[in-house]
Amino acid sequence: MNDILIRNGRVIDPASGLDECADVAIAKGRISRVGKAQAKAKHVIDAHGLVVCPGLIDLHVHCREPGHEEEETIATASAAAVAGGFTTILAMPNTHPPQDNETSIHYVLQRAREAALARVLPVGCITKGQEGKNLAELGLMTQAGAVAFTDDGLGVASASLMQRALQYSGMLSMPLMQHCQDPDLMTGVMNSGAVAVRLGLGGIAASGEQIMLRRDLELVERTGGHYHVQHVSSAGSVELLRQARQKGLDVSAEATPHHLLLTEAACSTYDPNYKMNPPLRSAADVDALRQGVLDGTIDCLATDHAPHSKEEKELEFALAPFGIIGLDCAVGLYAKALIETQLMDWPLMIARMTTGPAKVICNSKPELGRLTVGGIADVTIIDPQADWTVDVSAFASRARNCPYDGWRLPARAVVTIVDGQVKHSLLT
Amino acid sequence: MAKKASSSSRATDGPRLVWTRKDLLGLDDLGPEEIVHILDTAESFKEVSTRSIKKVPLLRGKVVALLFFEASTRTRMSFELAASRLSADTVQFTSSGSSVAKGETTLDTVRNIEAMGVDIFVIRHHQSGACHMLSRNVKASIVNAGDGQHEHPTQALLDIFTIRQRLKRVEGLKVAIVGDIAHSRVARSNILGLKKLGAEVVVVGPPTLVPATIEKMGCTISHNLDDVLGHVDVINMLRIQFERLGGNLFPSIREYSRLYGMNAQRLEQCKPNVLIMHPGPINRGVEITSEVADGPNSCILQQVTNGLAIRMAVLYLVSQV
Repeated sequence: MNDILIRNGRVIDPASGLDECADVAIAKGRISRVGKAQAKAKHVIDAHGLVVCPGLIDLHVHCREPGHEEEETIATASAAAVAGGFTTILAMPNTHPPQDNETSIHYVLQRAREAALARVLPVGCITKGQEGKNLAELGLMTQAGAVAFTDDGLGVASASLMQRALQYSGMLSMPLMQHCQDPDLMTGVMNSGAVAVRLGLGGIAASGEQIMLRRDLELVERTGGHYHVQHVSSAGSVELLRQARQKGLDVSAEATPHHLLLTEAACSTYDPNYKMNPPLRSAADVDALRQGVLDGTIDCLATDHAPHSKEEKELEFALAPFGIIGLDCAVGLYAKALIETQLMDWPLMIARMTTGPAKVICNSKPELGRLTVGGIADVTIIDPQADWTVDVSAFASRARNCPYDGWRLPARAVVTIVDGQVKHSLLT
Repeated sequence: MAKKASSSSRATDGPRLVWTRKDLLGLDDLGPEEIVHILDTAESFKEVSTRSIKKVPLLRGKVVALLFFEASTRTRMSFELAASRLSADTVQFTSSGSSVAKGETTLDTVRNIEAMGVDIFVIRHHQSGACHMLSRNVKASIVNAGDGQHEHPTQALLDIFTIRQRLKRVEGLKVAIVGDIAHSRVARSNILGLKKLGAEVVVVGPPTLVPATIEKMGCTISHNLDDVLGHVDVINMLRIQFERLGGNLFPSIREYSRLYGMNAQRLEQCKPNVLIMHPGPINRGVEITSEVADGPNSCILQQVTNGLAIRMAVLYLVSQV
């Protein structure tokens, strides 16, 4: 007998092209059937009117553990993930100390097992101590279970070091994720332009992102290896990526909810909840990013969930840290940016949250992001007409730095199943 | 031309504007009639400073806290005198030797002082937007005495007040602001205030000190001071900050002074009644020579005098809400 039967949902599996009303059965942590099943199960979920899809994957989450457990822990980030419909999250390595060796990778996996909520996959630093000077032990971290490498928060400034990192990660068949920002041009706290000038705040020009991206694409052309661009923020970067794909380079890219929804104008009140790195840019950039997600230039959606304490976000704009949280309400935010705007329908948006990110980590985790009979039973159920109001105080995340409080969103994850176990459910 | 609601006459005829703002964060928020209302209110306070007993009891029993997180001489003294002429009690604060030096946040510092019963905070802070952040979090009035590179509203108000006094109008005038526009809160507040009252503003300096997008604030840009001299009614010379030299924003003081400094030769190219302003402190011989700064076209000390009346007006108005 099956453990779980999800009946009558709109089953969307971008990997196989499936989009039809069907049932999904789960037994012993595996998908046992997809289609019309007269099967029996211990636990039946009526998914009429709901979307049933592979478990969502978020390539970009800051869990803050070890080092800043007062902001978030692996357990609370996992809780926020499953509350938001994510079955897999990648834990960024800019912790204290940074995740730059096999022991720290083991530690993340251990804490994730104890939390037993989402699948938390560790990402290792590219450079030791995230200092941008010497390569970290990419090989040993791969053996320990790291699924990608990045110095996120900082771009790798040295071109020669980046070249070596690409060669090395290419040998390991591991993706290298870059936070594209030339440090020499990191001269401000918000997008460079008329709004920054009026507010008297230092600007961060899109050229700082594009210069590093251009350089890296030159390197990738020479070295090969999988290169992934984190949180793309500018129209110019989207165009560079489009050209790189046309050349056939092995590149992937992600866009965040805030870069798909908000512009620099939001900074006008000096509210640090609109302070991001890369910064919120112009409406034209938002449009270009949405088009990039539509045509596949940007093949992944990722939250860049970045918890910070209340006191840090009460500081003056320039002193407050960058970043906001996003896991709990991401599905609704993406739907607001991409579906409510009639840019795309659910299958494409779900592809950007399942097959897209799964492809980035496919060499270490080949089974994720699909509904395959016999495959891992990571399943997310979404109410596409939830029409709910965000209440940040009710988030599972420990942090509250989120500008979407009080927003009405068109969709919401209602059930999250990881390894065949229901980890989150809003259904009675 | 039909006489518009002239900014030079006291708005005693017709309904007086009812002031509704608890805070003065910047001129960006104010409408033209609110700016004129402050100027007119200041006009009525000017006379107080000429009395033998320079005091009126309008703020008696009120507490004004002067919190200068960044160094200042004239603005702090001007606010202090303004408060005392209105009979308010004042408390002072400078960030060195305070708990800020021990790592207390700006918000905690201000909340603690507010708990002692303060009605108005006058804040000077090195961070743009600090006053906005505080106004969201405290109940007392906040008066911005300069926040980072954002705004310095009372400076612009006293500049406009002085222009109105000397040239009898603001609307239709052409005003040049010369110098480090990028880092200047005085420039931003002046651009906003002057535009709202119908003046034209041209900002002058090298592109490294004049961001191109400043045009979105409604001014035009020139990189050549000599081109604009003959066309303007007012020239406001900003102080050049020597600490900017390290950032390669301009090659040398010497070159800057030659390209953008105001001197007697340049004054000759100006309209005869051109008004020369400077928010101080002056680097004599750098952005302005002594003969210009101390000459008949200069109104630099008049600006300082008028600052007192403007600050009395602002303290009085926000205290009434």
